[in-house]
Amino acid sequence: MSLRLNISDVWKSYDGKPVLNACSFSFDRNGVYVLTGSNGSGKSTLLRICALIESPDKGEVNYFSGNNIISKDTGLRRRITLVLPGIGLFNATVFNNTAYGLKIRGNKSNEIERNVNEALKFVGLLHKKNHNALTLSSGETQRLGIARAMVIGPEMLFLDEPTASIDNENTQIVEDIILNMKKEDKSKIIIATHDMMQAERLADFLLVMKEGKISKV
Amino acid sequence: MDSIIEGFNRAFLLIFNLDAELLSIIFLSLRVSGTALLIVSIMGIPISALISLKKFPAKGLFISVMNTLMGLPPVVVGLFVYIMLSRSGPIGFMGLLYTPSAMIIAQTILAFPIVVSLCHSAIVSVNPIIKQASMTLGATPLQTSVTIIKEARYGIMSGMIAAFGRVMAEVGAILIVGGNIAGYTRVMTTTIALETDKGNFELAIALGIILLTISLAINSALHFVQRKGARPVNR
Repeated sequence: MSLRLNISDVWKSYDGKPVLNACSFSFDRNGVYVLTGSNGSGKSTLLRICALIESPDKGEVNYFSGNNIISKDTGLRRRITLVLPGIGLFNATVFNNTAYGLKIRGNKSNEIERNVNEALKFVGLLHKKNHNALTLSSGETQRLGIARAMVIGPEMLFLDEPTASIDNENTQIVEDIILNMKKEDKSKIIIATHDMMQAERLADFLLVMKEGKISKV
Repeated sequence: MDSIIEGFNRAFLLIFNLDAELLSIIFLSLRVSGTALLIVSIMGIPISALISLKKFPAKGLFISVMNTLMGLPPVVVGLFVYIMLSRSGPIGFMGLLYTPSAMIIAQTILAFPIVVSLCHSAIVSVNPIIKQASMTLGATPLQTSVTIIKEARYGIMSGMIAAFGRVMAEVGAILIVGGNIAGYTRVMTTTIALETDKGNFELAIALGIILLTISLAINSALHFVQRKGARPVNR
């Protein structure tokens, strides 16, 4: 049963400064959702709350399978993932970074090898699988972040500014990867970006955030 | 001056001839310090992980105490362990005074705050994004903690090497609790002290050369680990 996410009347503030104000939305249908909006509009905070990395001050964040609410435990967290803007690569090889999510799930080594190789091929990094991940360029780092997330087969994939700090060539590559994932239709993809052109290129559902809430769909 | 040169000549002869007494002293030193380091690692690394990753009352105080104890004077530790192990002491019945075990206890106490403080520094220096990345990929809290500790591995190794260097070169505590008994509790540093007192420079110089060589090896290892642990910057 496909995973659905409903956020309802979510509030969040940092040091007394409101970031999300009664934000509500339902991610029901498969496809690519793109959240746009100016810096500080609350895109990243919303993604972090949706990905269960942060808790809202007030409001409900619920995942559903059919009509049943799923409890927010490790089991649910293993069905979703967020690619952070800084990625957060481990001081290990490209292979081991990609394999991380599978290893902590206790997958078998031959299965890990096969899936990691596939994911790295998908993002064009198979030739660098034995390199230390921290030696990669910014564009390659973003691609590895996506490979590391997609290898675990998330039902909901959140990407926070996936092309914010990379050049045009790598932006094109990352967008192609996202479009290929969209074709495979295995997960709901929710992207935060301030690039309106990119939003139009990728989105099935374009959401505009303003002053802490989704103001336009 | 001649006697010093003669001392050096004889010292080199002892080293090249692999003198049995010299070797037994070296092995005992390595055994005592190595065992102390092993015990400290087993206790100290989990404790440093705990104080780095968990919140608890008086955490700041505990860290301050550990940092202060890094400079603990060895003779004070020797005195404390002596009182504990002496016949009238609380664990005197175990009969550990003037044994290698007593020396291991003293060195463990000396190395413990060094390992805990340096490992704590290494773990808290790990970029917070590593914790978040681990969580987003579905790790349990325990798996996230293990990931953070693995990221800090080079800093942790540096702490262990620094602690080993400190206990290998230490003399005050083990002299008090070991008694410097020939063939039993006599290690490199205590032998150097004793032989120098007696004016027998050859063995003292030979051990001095070996101690310096070990110290050089330890520092080289430390330098290597620190270089290897430096995060690449060609991004």
